Amino acid sequence: MGAQTKKIEHITGSDALLQSLIAEGASTIFGYPGGAIMPVYDKLLDYKGKLKHILTRHEQGAVHAAQGFARATGQVGVCIATSGPGATNLITGIADAYMDSTPLVCITGQVFSPLLGTDAFQETDVVGITSPVTKYNYQVTKADEIPAAIARAFYIARSGRPGPVVIDITKDAMIATLEYNYEPCNYIRSYVPEHKIKRDQIDKAALLINSAQKPLIVFGQGIILGNAEQEFLEFVNKSGIPVASTLLGLSAIPNNHPQYMGMVGMHGNAAPNIKTNECDVLIGIGMRFDDRVTGVVSKYAAQAKIVHLEIDKAEINKIIKSDAPVLGNVKESLPILTELIEEGKDYKAWIDSFQTCYDEEHKRVIKEDLQPAKGKIGMGEVINVLNSITKGDAIVVTDVGQHQMISSRYTDFKKTRSMVTSGGLGTMGFSLPAAMGAKFGRPDRQVISISGDGGFQMNLQELGTIAFNKLPVKIIILNNNYLGMVRQWQELFFDERYSNTPISSPDFVALAAAYKIDGELVTERETLKDALQRMWDSENTYLLEIKVAPKGNVFPMVPSGAAVDEILYGDERK
Amino acid sequence: MKQEYTITIFSENSIGLLNRITIIFTRRKINIESLTVSESAIQGVFKFIIVVDCEPDRIANLVKQIEKQIEVIRAFYLTSDEILHQEIAMYKIETKALLETSMIEGIIRRYNARILEMTHDYTIIEKTGHKAETQELFNQLKPHGVLQFVRSGRVAITRLRKELLSDYLEMLEGEHRLPVIA
Repeated sequence: MGAQTKKIEHITGSDALLQSLIAEGASTIFGYPGGAIMPVYDKLLDYKGKLKHILTRHEQGAVHAAQGFARATGQVGVCIATSGPGATNLITGIADAYMDSTPLVCITGQVFSPLLGTDAFQETDVVGITSPVTKYNYQVTKADEIPAAIARAFYIARSGRPGPVVIDITKDAMIATLEYNYEPCNYIRSYVPEHKIKRDQIDKAALLINSAQKPLIVFGQGIILGNAEQEFLEFVNKSGIPVASTLLGLSAIPNNHPQYMGMVGMHGNAAPNIKTNECDVLIGIGMRFDDRVTGVVSKYAAQAKIVHLEIDKAEINKIIKSDAPVLGNVKESLPILTELIEEGKDYKAWIDSFQTCYDEEHKRVIKEDLQPAKGKIGMGEVINVLNSITKGDAIVVTDVGQHQMISSRYTDFKKTRSMVTSGGLGTMGFSLPAAMGAKFGRPDRQVISISGDGGFQMNLQELGTIAFNKLPVKIIILNNNYLGMVRQWQELFFDERYSNTPISSPDFVALAAAYKIDGELVTERETLKDALQRMWDSENTYLLEIKVAPKGNVFPMVPSGAAVDEILYGDERK
Repeated sequence: MKQEYTITIFSENSIGLLNRITIIFTRRKINIESLTVSESAIQGVFKFIIVVDCEPDRIANLVKQIEKQIEVIRAFYLTSDEILHQEIAMYKIETKALLETSMIEGIIRRYNARILEMTHDYTIIEKTGHKAETQELFNQLKPHGVLQFVRSGRVAITRLRKELLSDYLEMLEGEHRLPVIA
C-alpha cells in the first residue's frame, strides 16, 4: 500500500460529539433528553454498545451520578442535559464538583444559534450562569468546533487540579455536518495544569521537616486525585510522622496504618485537631486549609512552620501562609521529598501524646457512639457493625449531615477511592445518585449509599434509575425524623428552638417496594447486624431503613469561631 | 488600609472571559474603579488594565484567582509608582461660552488641553492625564457650563523595558510545555 491520507468523514455534529466522547474513553454517560439536545439523543441509538447512556430521573441525579462515577474511578464523569431547565438543574452538581475538584464534562443543549439572546423557549445563558462554578466553559455554535471543544474539555477537566467543564452546544451545531477528525488536546498556551517541581522548594521543605521534633502531616484529596497513594505511603513510612486526613482525603491511606491519627476538622478526631496547635511543623499535602479544617484561622497552627505541597498555585498562601510551599503534583514532589527526609527519626513521645487525646475522646464520645449501653440505635453503632461486615472493602457514599460526619469518623477504609462525599459544597441529596454513578463505574465493588431521612428525600427519584437498571447498590437510611445536623446546631446555638427540623418521611421500605426494590426496616439493636449482613450479601439493590436515636449529636465538635483545640465533647453541660 | 492597585492581565481573546474575570471581583465584593481592554503589543494577546482599591493582603490571592482562569496567560498587580498611567477625558462646552470671554481659552492653555472639534454650537476639548488632573480641568470648566463629560479607563505601562509577558512567552516557546513559575 502506498502512503495513506488520513480518512476524513463527513458526519453530523451529534455524531461528532458522541464519537469524541468515545475517543476520550467515556463509556457510561448520565443524562436526560429534551428539545435542544434531541439530535444528540437521536444519534445515541447508533452508538449502543460503545456508549452506555443512563437515563436518570432528574438532571441533578445525572450530574451527581457523573460525580460519583468520577470519584470512584478517577475517570472524567460525563453528563448530558437539555437547554434551560435541563442545564439549570445541573448547577448544584457542577458547583459541588468545582468545590471538590471532580473532573466532569457536562454537555448542555442550547437553542438554535440565531435564537440566542431572544428569550427563546428553554433558553438560558448557560455559559454565563455556570462561569462562577466551572473550571472552564464554552459555547459551541458551529458543528466543526465540536471535536476540538470536547478535546479541550476533557484535557482541562482531568489535568492539573481537576474540575467541571461545561460545553454548551446549539441545536444547529448538532444538526450541521463537519469533516470529522479527532485530535486529543494536551496543550493550551494560557493554561499551566502542573508547575514543574522546583528543587529549591523541596530542599527547603525537607530541611524544615528534618529539623522538626513534633511534625504532623495533614493530607487531602490531592493524594487521590494525583494517584499518589503509593508515593504518599512511602513518604509516611520513611518519615515516621503521624498523619491525619481531611474529609476528602479519607481512604487515601488505610486507616489501620499505625501512624494514622484520624480526621481533622470540625467533627474530626480530637488528637489531630489538638496536635495541630502543638506541632512544630505542619505538612499539608494536597489539601486547601478549608475553614471546616482550620477553625478560626488566626489560631490555626500559629506556632508551627507550614509546609504545603499543592498543585494549585492559587491555594498557596490563600488561607494559611506557608513557610515552605512546594508547588506541583504531589505524585512528583513526594518521591523527591521522601528521598531527602531522614529515615526512622524517633517521634515516639510525640506519637504517644496522640494516644492520650484519643483515650480522652474514646472515653467521652467514641465508646458511647459505637456501643450505646441502652436506648435507640445510634448512627455510630450502625457504622461499627457495618465495618465488621464490610471489613473496610466497600465504597461508602454519604449524603450531608450528621450521618456524614459519623460515617467519616468511624468507617474503616482499606482501599483508596472508598469514600465519596460532598465536602466543599455540602450538598444534601448527593448520596443516592452519586452511589449510583459509583456503582456504574465500579461494578466490581460493593457501593453503599448512606443518607439521612432528609437528604434521601431530596433525590429519591433516582430509585427509579436504580430499579430500572437493576443496579445492586446498597442503601442505608439513618432515620432520626429530624434534619439532624441543623437540629444539633439549634440545640447548641439557638436555645433549642427547633425551627423546621422535625421532618416526616414516607415509609421508605414501602417506597422501595413500589420500585420493586428489596427493603427492610430496622428498629431494634438485636436485628441490626443480621439485617446489615442480608443487605451486604444480597445480589440485588437493597434498602435498609434504620430508625436511630432522634436527638443524637455528633461530637467532638470545634464550634464555628473556635480554634481547633477548643473542642466540645458534648458532656460539658451534664 | 486599602490601596490602589493596577492589575494587568494578558489573555487570549475569547468570548466570556471578561465575565469570568469580573465575577472574581464581584464574588469578593471588590469594586472595579476602571477597566480597559485592548490588544497588546503581542499579536493575538489581549491586555486588561483594571484599577481597584483593595487591601494589600487580598490583592495577591485575587490576582492568583484571575491567573487561574484557563484563558488568562498571566496576571500581575502593580502599585502606582511601578507604572506610568494616563486617562483621557473629553469635555463638551458651548462655543458661545468660549467666545464670550478669554477665560476658557486660558484654562485650556494652562491645562495643556486641546480642542478636538468646534462648531457653531459646541466645542469639544480633550485632556490626557491622571484622574486628578482631568478632574481638576472639569472643575475649572464647570462654572462655564459643561454639556457633556467623559473619562476613559486607565491605560498603564510598566517602567520595565519590555512587556511583562514577553519573557514568559519566549520561555513557553523554548520549553514548549510545563513552564516554571515561582
